[in-house]
Amino acid sequence: MTTEGQADGRMGGWADGDPRPAISLRALTRKFKDLTAVDGISFDVQPGELFGLVGPDGAGKTTTLRMLSGVLRPTSGDALVGGTSVVRDPEGVKHRIAYMSQRFGLYTDLTVRENIDFYADLYRVPAAERPARLERLYHFSALGPFENRLAGKLSGGMKQKLSLCCALIHRPEILLLDEPTFGVDPISRRDLWLILHEMVAEGVTVLVTMAYMDEAERCDHVGLINRGRIIALDRPAALQKNLGGHMLAVRPSNGRQALDLLRAAPGVRRAALFGDTIHVTIESRERDWPGLEAGLRNAGVDLLDVHEIEPGLEDVFIQQVAAADAAEAAV
Amino acid sequence: MFGLNRERLRQMMRKEFRQTFRDPRSARILFVAPVIQLLLFGYAVNTDVRNTRTFVVDRDGTAESRQLTDAITASGYFQIVGRGERPAQLVDAMDHGTVVMGVEIPLGFAADLAAGRQASVQVLVDGSTANTANVALGYATQIITRFGLQHAREVLARAGPLPAVAGVDFRARAWYNPNLESRVYNVPAVMGTIVMMMSLLLTSLAVVREREIGTLEQLMVSPLKPAELILGKTLPVVLIALAQLVLVTGVALLWFGIPFRGSFALLAVAGLCYILSGLGIGLLISTISATQQEAFMSMFFFFLPAIMLSGFMFPVQNMPKVLQYLTLLDPIRHFLEVVRGVFLRGAGWGILYKQILILFAMGVSVLWFATTRFRKTTA
Repeated sequence: MTTEGQADGRMGGWADGDPRPAISLRALTRKFKDLTAVDGISFDVQPGELFGLVGPDGAGKTTTLRMLSGVLRPTSGDALVGGTSVVRDPEGVKHRIAYMSQRFGLYTDLTVRENIDFYADLYRVPAAERPARLERLYHFSALGPFENRLAGKLSGGMKQKLSLCCALIHRPEILLLDEPTFGVDPISRRDLWLILHEMVAEGVTVLVTMAYMDEAERCDHVGLINRGRIIALDRPAALQKNLGGHMLAVRPSNGRQALDLLRAAPGVRRAALFGDTIHVTIESRERDWPGLEAGLRNAGVDLLDVHEIEPGLEDVFIQQVAAADAAEAAV
Repeated sequence: MFGLNRERLRQMMRKEFRQTFRDPRSARILFVAPVIQLLLFGYAVNTDVRNTRTFVVDRDGTAESRQLTDAITASGYFQIVGRGERPAQLVDAMDHGTVVMGVEIPLGFAADLAAGRQASVQVLVDGSTANTANVALGYATQIITRFGLQHAREVLARAGPLPAVAGVDFRARAWYNPNLESRVYNVPAVMGTIVMMMSLLLTSLAVVREREIGTLEQLMVSPLKPAELILGKTLPVVLIALAQLVLVTGVALLWFGIPFRGSFALLAVAGLCYILSGLGIGLLISTISATQQEAFMSMFFFFLPAIMLSGFMFPVQNMPKVLQYLTLLDPIRHFLEVVRGVFLRGAGWGILYKQILILFAMGVSVLWFATTRFRKTTA
């Protein structure tokens, strides 16, 4: 199965070991009237890679995916998807990819099986290959027992899995997913990720968007997107390491007041409130912290707990976004 | 753009059929609704004037005045619902709208007739129901004139042998619909409007519904061609609408006993072209609408004027010239000419080919336009 998947993954035509990226964005830009939704972004996704595009709502993730799938014309720039330009040959792109939009449309008045069959028909999946593919998808998704249920009668998580099955039935070499786990329960979410990893193992290139960092660890590479621009791009671990400085988790008696004091204090790179805990980023614990601690105590803030933490991707994300915004404000 | 893949088209159609007939209730509606509508409208759309409520003020009270009243009732067009001696009673009845026509026979009516003097009768009609008033007035005038002539002859005959007078013998006959029954004229037209409405209903939501539930975006990222999408949506509706046309034709012939003098083949071909134009317009609306609500409103915005301008209720010849030209764009107008011609006059290809060609041209061009309006890549 795996080797067959590999072969399918290369169907686009380049030889084994060819280093050409599966997806290559080149100054891709999309404007809607005055708004620049995607602002000249460039990056590559290697074949067989799981790439996460992470950013807040309105950052330009969906617009990017729609351009990559050939349904939205870029204002300028270009992208090669499976070696095909989305500007010159948007229809050519459509044979190679599967695009699962945030609200993937299922025909609610058709059954699970009829939905999958319809997409198989659209992509002209040969009849001889269908049973095997269907069985495999049912195996992943556990949708087999619900084969004859109307899609409208499925739970949210099952709908999402059915959408993925519909998107995968034609064995795309490139899979574009727009927030596939949005609003999905934890069990289905885990199932969805299992399916994605399985696809990657078979050689499919997966580009997935998400609004939260908590799932970014699962990706090979992560691109952070904010206001239509890529503000950081690396392996998740490297992103975490590059944060620099030290991060302290401080639990003060008065969160709001402590936050204001810390933000105003010199030597504090960043301070952000997570529940009743403040994550403070400073250059050096030995040099900077004693002064800060004294300052807080003098202002009447008790510190219930202080310990050093590894910055999570969420921290990286917030810091990068803040830094990018600050840089923009400075211009 | 028009490179069709027959297999994909077939699957698209199969999906449409499945969705249409999945819910047995909506499937039943497709074939029951047109029949019920035809039955309802067939009876409701009736412009015949019969049993017009009439009030008679007979101030003369003679044998002659009663003869005139009888002549009016005997025609069947009028039903006397009240009598009185004073004109005020008539005015009151008219004001209350309980009668549509009033006849006042003045004192001395019989005496005038006997003396060979000009006798007068006053007829009042309720002009707020202009159509009925007009027709009723025509009938009343005929009856009273005939009554007058008859009496004049009697008076002359009493005076001696009649001199030979060359007169004009007036004999009117209505061809194709000898009894001038409005139902014969209207039922075929109702059929036409029902078929148009069903074609519009079935298609105007077809594309926009997929846009709303998000499946259209998925179709756009698939290799499905615009023509495959449009035809895949169109052809099932063509078959359903044709079946509906057969159904309503059956009801018109068997239930209403409307005469059919023309060729069924002609009706079928014209019907097909008409259905194409209707669902082409529906699909165009669906393709350019962002929401189902918008599509629905646009559909009515088209449908109502199309009915008004079709000559269904108001003859096209009576419209201002500008509007008459506008009606040429109305497929219902052309199809009504076909159904009325083929049902009642037995008109053949030689007479109706123009309407059929126009309908065909409309259908094909609107469908083509809808196809080009559907883009798989948003600019």
